[in-house]
Amino acid sequence: MTLKRKRSEVLSSGSGYEKYGSTYLIWLVIFFVIPVLVILAYSFLTRDYQGGIILKFSIQGYKDIFNLNYLTVFIRTVIISFISAAICILIAVPVSYYIVYSKFKNFLLLLVIIPFWTNSLIRIYAWIFILGNNGLINQLLLNLGIVNSYVKFIYNNAAVLLILVYTYLPFAILPLFSSIERLEKQLFEAAMDLGCTKRQVFFRVLLPNIKQGIVSAFVFVFIPALGTYAVPELVGGKNSRLIGNEIARQLTIARNWPAAAAISSILLILTIIAVIVFIYGGEKRETR
Amino acid sequence: MKPGNLTRIITILAILFFYLPIIVVIVFSFNSSKSPEWTGFSLRWYYQLFTSSGYIWRTFLNSIIVGVSSSIVSVVLGTLGAISVYLGSKKFRKVMWTTTYIPFTIPDIIIGVSLLIFFTTLNVRLSLFTIFIAHVTFSMPYTMMIVLTRLHDFDKSIIEAAYDLGATKSVALRKVIVPVAMPGIIAAFFMAFTLSIDDFVITFFVAGPSSTTLPLQIFSMVRFGISPVINAISTLLLLGTIFMSVALRRYVRYII
Repeated sequence: MTLKRKRSEVLSSGSGYEKYGSTYLIWLVIFFVIPVLVILAYSFLTRDYQGGIILKFSIQGYKDIFNLNYLTVFIRTVIISFISAAICILIAVPVSYYIVYSKFKNFLLLLVIIPFWTNSLIRIYAWIFILGNNGLINQLLLNLGIVNSYVKFIYNNAAVLLILVYTYLPFAILPLFSSIERLEKQLFEAAMDLGCTKRQVFFRVLLPNIKQGIVSAFVFVFIPALGTYAVPELVGGKNSRLIGNEIARQLTIARNWPAAAAISSILLILTIIAVIVFIYGGEKRETR
Repeated sequence: MKPGNLTRIITILAILFFYLPIIVVIVFSFNSSKSPEWTGFSLRWYYQLFTSSGYIWRTFLNSIIVGVSSSIVSVVLGTLGAISVYLGSKKFRKVMWTTTYIPFTIPDIIIGVSLLIFFTTLNVRLSLFTIFIAHVTFSMPYTMMIVLTRLHDFDKSIIEAAYDLGATKSVALRKVIVPVAMPGIIAAFFMAFTLSIDDFVITFFVAGPSSTTLPLQIFSMVRFGISPVINAISTLLLLGTIFMSVALRRYVRYII
């Protein structure tokens, strides 16, 4: 009796274990929740031309970015992020499927994890080294006399897309790998026994069963891509500036902090919409 | 169903896609000329990196200081957070989940900008300390989730048994819960350390002029153009990454 009471005291509500998590919670409230709310507040304040703000309500920050130029940047960011997430999924589904059933599963998984852990700037640099104006391929073409001056392979939207896919592909493979690994192998065998072709197994058994994995893989690529800064900054051209570049430019060069806060707030809202659409949308379809 | 040839080809191409650029960078770190045409084997760029690139090593030291300190704090707080979710009340669990999930789903740049504005508003001078705060903040949700995944693998009855045998709360924590969570804690530490060492975007916003980290240094060098010294740095960092990935592969399942 006493033992039973003790156990329920310890493991049910009010057990006192909550206080272990309190530092964690307080830290995240102070350094994450409040700063994000401060951004929202900042976007409605008045610009101080020294950089910084004056405590006076204003919607000038939003007015400053309410033009075709910024609209183009927002649309471009969403489109590029969407395409790179879609390409990542297209590559990641067959790759993770292959890895799950491969004899060398652990080794192949390691080969995916190494780029996942590798510094992203190095991975961007690798492409600049190969495709850059003074890069390997241009040097080769010049030496062979095929071209007279360098070919501009990067500093455009295609380069941004290529390197976003390169950077985020492991982010798509890993969640798909674990969701395919969880499936029962017999599921496919049963489908084959019942006369499905390989194609049908892929589209009617595999894909519907890993829907949740596809959704998380998509979100893991799409959302970081929305906020990417280094990739377009290093390999983008004049016409491939994304939201991230504009935020940095408003903060550093233009010194218009309310505008930077306004762009960040819009990015925040875009992210929340994306999460609601993909995660909740995915769940609803699942339960139906 | 055995994967067909098409999936095999796509996988091989994907692996080549991952590794060809990296291999090219490694090979050319041993090139004797400055331009990317092979003129012979040489270690001169490594020599230059080790003898006359003090500023790079200083940024590396900064990265290590921030990496170690922020991962320790992040793992301690994350582990305590995971224990509180694992054993705490339902209502509390919900609050913890929400606060953990939101940072996951928000682009890094927003975390960076919001902390920059936050620190500036409070007149906090940007330094290694502000980078430390930022790194603990963005890595803590990861450490919490990794340790929690490990704890969920375990039957709660082990902890109940400890209490039944007369363990006090602190004894149960030290002798049962923490040892059980240990593989998760180790994985979490290395995850936090890697996130910290690699982070560019958030650090970019919260770093002061005298608190440059290695990624910030690499960024400004890459922006300037290609240089064999960057190839040498990349090769060394890649070696570190490969070594760590191999050493930690048995902990990987707590991360993905």
